[in-house]
Amino acid sequence: MLLTRQGWADALLELGETNPNVVVLDADLAKSTLTCLFKDKYPTRFFDMGIAEQNMINTAGGLSLTGLIPFVSTYGVFVSGRAWEQIRTSICYGELNVKLGGAHGGISVGPDGATHQALEEIAIMRVLPKMTLLVPTDYYETKKAVLAAAKINGPVYIRFGREKVPVVTSADTPFEVGKAIIMKEGKDLTIVACGIMVAEALDAAEELAKEGINAEVINLHTIKPIDKNALVQSVKKTGCLVTAEELQLAGGMGSAVLEVIAQEYPVPTEMVGIKDTFGESGEPRQLMEKYGLTSKEILEKARQALKRKL
Amino acid sequence: MVYPQTLTDKERFLKAIQMRRDIVEMVHAAGSGHPGGSLSSTEILVTLYNEYLKHDSANPKWEERDRMVFCKCHITPAIYSILARVGYFDPATLNTFRKLGSELQGHPCRFYPKGLEMSGGSLGQNLSIAHGIALGLKFQGKSNRVYGLSSEGDLQEGNSWEAIMAAAHYHLDNLIVFVDYNKLQIDGHCESVMGVAPLDKKFESFNWHVINVEDGHDFKQIRDAIEKALTLKDRPTAIIANTIKGKGISFMENQAGWHGKVPNKEEYDLAIKELDAQEEAINKQYS
Repeated sequence: MLLTRQGWADALLELGETNPNVVVLDADLAKSTLTCLFKDKYPTRFFDMGIAEQNMINTAGGLSLTGLIPFVSTYGVFVSGRAWEQIRTSICYGELNVKLGGAHGGISVGPDGATHQALEEIAIMRVLPKMTLLVPTDYYETKKAVLAAAKINGPVYIRFGREKVPVVTSADTPFEVGKAIIMKEGKDLTIVACGIMVAEALDAAEELAKEGINAEVINLHTIKPIDKNALVQSVKKTGCLVTAEELQLAGGMGSAVLEVIAQEYPVPTEMVGIKDTFGESGEPRQLMEKYGLTSKEILEKARQALKRKL
Repeated sequence: MVYPQTLTDKERFLKAIQMRRDIVEMVHAAGSGHPGGSLSSTEILVTLYNEYLKHDSANPKWEERDRMVFCKCHITPAIYSILARVGYFDPATLNTFRKLGSELQGHPCRFYPKGLEMSGGSLGQNLSIAHGIALGLKFQGKSNRVYGLSSEGDLQEGNSWEAIMAAAHYHLDNLIVFVDYNKLQIDGHCESVMGVAPLDKKFESFNWHVINVEDGHDFKQIRDAIEKALTLKDRPTAIIANTIKGKGISFMENQAGWHGKVPNKEEYDLAIKELDAQEEAINKQYS
């Protein structure tokens, strides 16, 4: 178990060394998003922006217009929500080279409660033209996603979480923006997941294997641009689909997947995610269980999807 | 052409009249657009683009250029006119303003025409962009200056004040922001819609230098304000220019209704006639 935000912070440290144009901005949450590590090492390349996210985003936009590569960091609710129109009209319409780090994504934020549990970022970011949208699953993948983002000339949003999560990839796992990773090959059912739900999907697949069901698990770390080919090839093979995300179902990763599948190769589909409700305070694991975001629900939905296939 | 250049008084007046002619013609031809706030910023833009901004219309991305960031981006008739008249593109294309396929979008997109630094149209956002550019240039040890053009409407947005707070925090004395303070907005006088006065005290209390310009249509007063701003250190400077919305066209002056109204044929003819008379008077005065 490792922190995804540590992956974010370690990648920034690496970029600090390899790319002098990289600068970092935070909105009084540097200790929480771990950009404090970059601040300690590169104090002149770190800009405290105070609790003023709209200005932080467009200041980053202005910095990018002078040739710098700003990485902006705060909690996902604030970066994606408070400054949505700045991201839309300045960053995306202007195709500015700004990287947005949405920390503390998901209900697994825990005790801080609903106000701080970002569940909508993917829905509201993926409707924006020019945006690249990454939801890495673990420490290594987050680190690779941040390094990859620095190489993209344009807006990128990276979502990561607060808690330590299972490590399901390694330092050597290939990572390419826009190319989904098949974590486990299978022929009976496709499970598409992102973020923390990839580990849950792998657990569910293990359970299904005990019943003789061979599930394929796809880690959809890039929500946009979406890997149509990987999704379509998989469901053509398996004939049914479960999506799993720590996000609002409306407009989230599953919606993005279904926009592809419904048009290209419709198959019986079940979805695991947040069902049009806000979260609440509690321990992360308790919340994941209460809101139906564990391998148990994926398993149930898998059985339903398999039944519909027949 | 490389700027800044020095203009004679006659050239200044004639350039302002030319710009007002462009504004009226563009809005009339397009059947939509924003004449009022374009006309109020005319003398400020003629002065900046000709006599102060370091830029080269043949080399829009020149590293040494000063950066002009429009915060009140609805004044595209004024923006496109000045960019065309200083040589960024052919003024003959001004009549494509707001038409399908034209580079001259209703609100600007930063990629075209040449000479634009940033897209915009959503008030409150571009003071932050100007702040970011000024911060980035200063961080890189560059001496380019950043100019902004804001307005009382732009200063009703909370985002603007976040930027104003930050620019003082980072001691950005390479940033000079004009406020085209014409005091009228779509729904009426700003003090009845949402009061912003006293703007000078607000900027001062946010640790900015403030220069008040009594008449924002007086070239000498505008130049004096910029000259002074260029000497000020340690903090950004706001130049609050008292202007008249619709300036130069008698029936548009001080009328909130002309914020986004289009002159009909009769009004258009009348406006052009007034501008012809102004031009004739200037030519006569300086003959």
